[in-house]
Amino acid sequence: MTIHRSLSIKREKFVALLLALPALTGLLLFIALPFILAIGLSITNLRLGSPLPLEIVGLREYIRIFSDSSFLRALANNVLFAVAVVPMQTALALGLALLLNQKLRGISLFRTMFFMPVVFPMSLVAVVWVMIYAPGPNGMMNSFLSIISLGTWQPQDFLHNPLFAMPAIMLTSIWQGVGFQMVILLAGLQGISTTLYEAAEIDGAGTWQRFKYITIPQLRNPLIFVVVVTSILAFRLFDQVRIMTLGGPRDSTTTVIFEAVKAGFDQAHVARGAAMTVIFFLIVLTITLLQRVLLKQTYQNV
Amino acid sequence: MTKINIKKIFIYLILSLITLLFISPIWIMIVGSLKPDIRVLTEAGSWQALFTTQVNLQNYADVFNRVPFGRYMLNSVIINGLIVGLGLLINSFAAYALARLQWPGRKFVFALVLAVLVIPFEAIAIPLFFLLSALGWRDSYLVQVIPFVASPLAIYLFYSFFLSLPKELEEAARVDGASILRIFFAIVLPNSKPVFASVSIVTFLFYWGLYLWPLLMTTSEEVRPLPLGIANFFTLPPLQWGDIFAFGVMMVLPVLIIFMLQQRWFVRGVVATGIKS
Repeated sequence: MTIHRSLSIKREKFVALLLALPALTGLLLFIALPFILAIGLSITNLRLGSPLPLEIVGLREYIRIFSDSSFLRALANNVLFAVAVVPMQTALALGLALLLNQKLRGISLFRTMFFMPVVFPMSLVAVVWVMIYAPGPNGMMNSFLSIISLGTWQPQDFLHNPLFAMPAIMLTSIWQGVGFQMVILLAGLQGISTTLYEAAEIDGAGTWQRFKYITIPQLRNPLIFVVVVTSILAFRLFDQVRIMTLGGPRDSTTTVIFEAVKAGFDQAHVARGAAMTVIFFLIVLTITLLQRVLLKQTYQNV
Repeated sequence: MTKINIKKIFIYLILSLITLLFISPIWIMIVGSLKPDIRVLTEAGSWQALFTTQVNLQNYADVFNRVPFGRYMLNSVIINGLIVGLGLLINSFAAYALARLQWPGRKFVFALVLAVLVIPFEAIAIPLFFLLSALGWRDSYLVQVIPFVASPLAIYLFYSFFLSLPKELEEAARVDGASILRIFFAIVLPNSKPVFASVSIVTFLFYWGLYLWPLLMTTSEEVRPLPLGIANFFTLPPLQWGDIFAFGVMMVLPVLIIFMLQQRWFVRGVVATGIKS
């Protein structure tokens, strides 16, 4: 009996390792190893085609990056994108989720419509919106704005104007992404027990009070999640920029990832590109850790 | 009674207005794809952009004549099929080993999964590029599939689902002498349809739109997927919006069909990913 048992334990260990091995290899080779390499490369002077011998130069690239005006502009653009888009998109997603969280006939049809842009690849979305932002009074966005402003709108070349290019990319991104946040918040809303609202109603709470004292606190975790994901996405911004503006005009839409790709690939400056992606990772990590802290607080409060 | 009805009508009105805003870019694309190229631009600034008096499939034919659209589509289907298929297999295997089996290194692997979960792809794109170029993988299907098969998020989603399954059936089968693989395929798999559906849909959706990686790794049309196809088509003179929109409609159609048929799983998958990550 014991021999049989120890055999079966041995076999279990063997089978388990075999089952885990393919995925484990993948994670180590294609995520962990390149990640360590990124840190390693960022402290070298590696530049393809350079006659200089490869050496470790410590934090030199990091110091240079932080005096590179394009990179600083990129960082500022990402922060601006996050500061503008995160509150707007979250509020919009919450508004849509509240609208959809009602017992009305045909409500799921509206949910489908609001969610639909999420299934569109960003490359396609970016191309379609270039057409929408076409310059001149005949451009779609221009004529739309002209109609709703009763003719006072001056036609703009949105994507070639440093003032309008970033807001244009923001609007496109919100249109494509808000449905995702919406369904997460909607799932959160549907998880709130109706007895809470009934009790509040008996106590005489109005619509606003119920929203403030029940909906928002009960939605705390989904809201934190939505804010965190949208912030991370703000720092990952690349596809739209690459297709719609190439970072221009005058760096007004460049981003950290766009600069990293420019340095690492277009200019073959591997060390610099790697250093930029390490900085990007540190930003994402900070946001993620912030989320963990906030979520922990929730549990302590409960 | 009337007060309620007015409120209802008001809500429907708001919902319809928002729907119009959400749908119009998609609608404009579909309508534009059916118009002669010239009219797409000249009618862009008027209400005519939203309607067409004719249904002309010339733009669709033009797409096939101007670029290897069929090739892009085939490439996207092959690449995504392999990522999703292989991914379901190895990620669910690993998750099952983590959730149910006792083996040395289990804790280490679980910690690794959680650790790499926070590393976004963009942070490793540059070294991964050089690593795989050194292996001679550039410009292939391989380079667009293999790095993405093992996924920490998929493992985590499978893992938490398997933990939520009742253990009793599996234990009974163990006592009866069934092998681990047999238990996995005969008991666990049939009870895990929701998580398999969610993971495949979310994976498919994400990689169908992947742009940065094939942009870096591929140069020839033989292996390039649709997102690069549309980005390049868009820069290919002459700029003909009808053709571009026709490309767009055909590119999004497979995802849209899956979305319409499997909407339940789509939304559930997105929510599951959202809540657990």
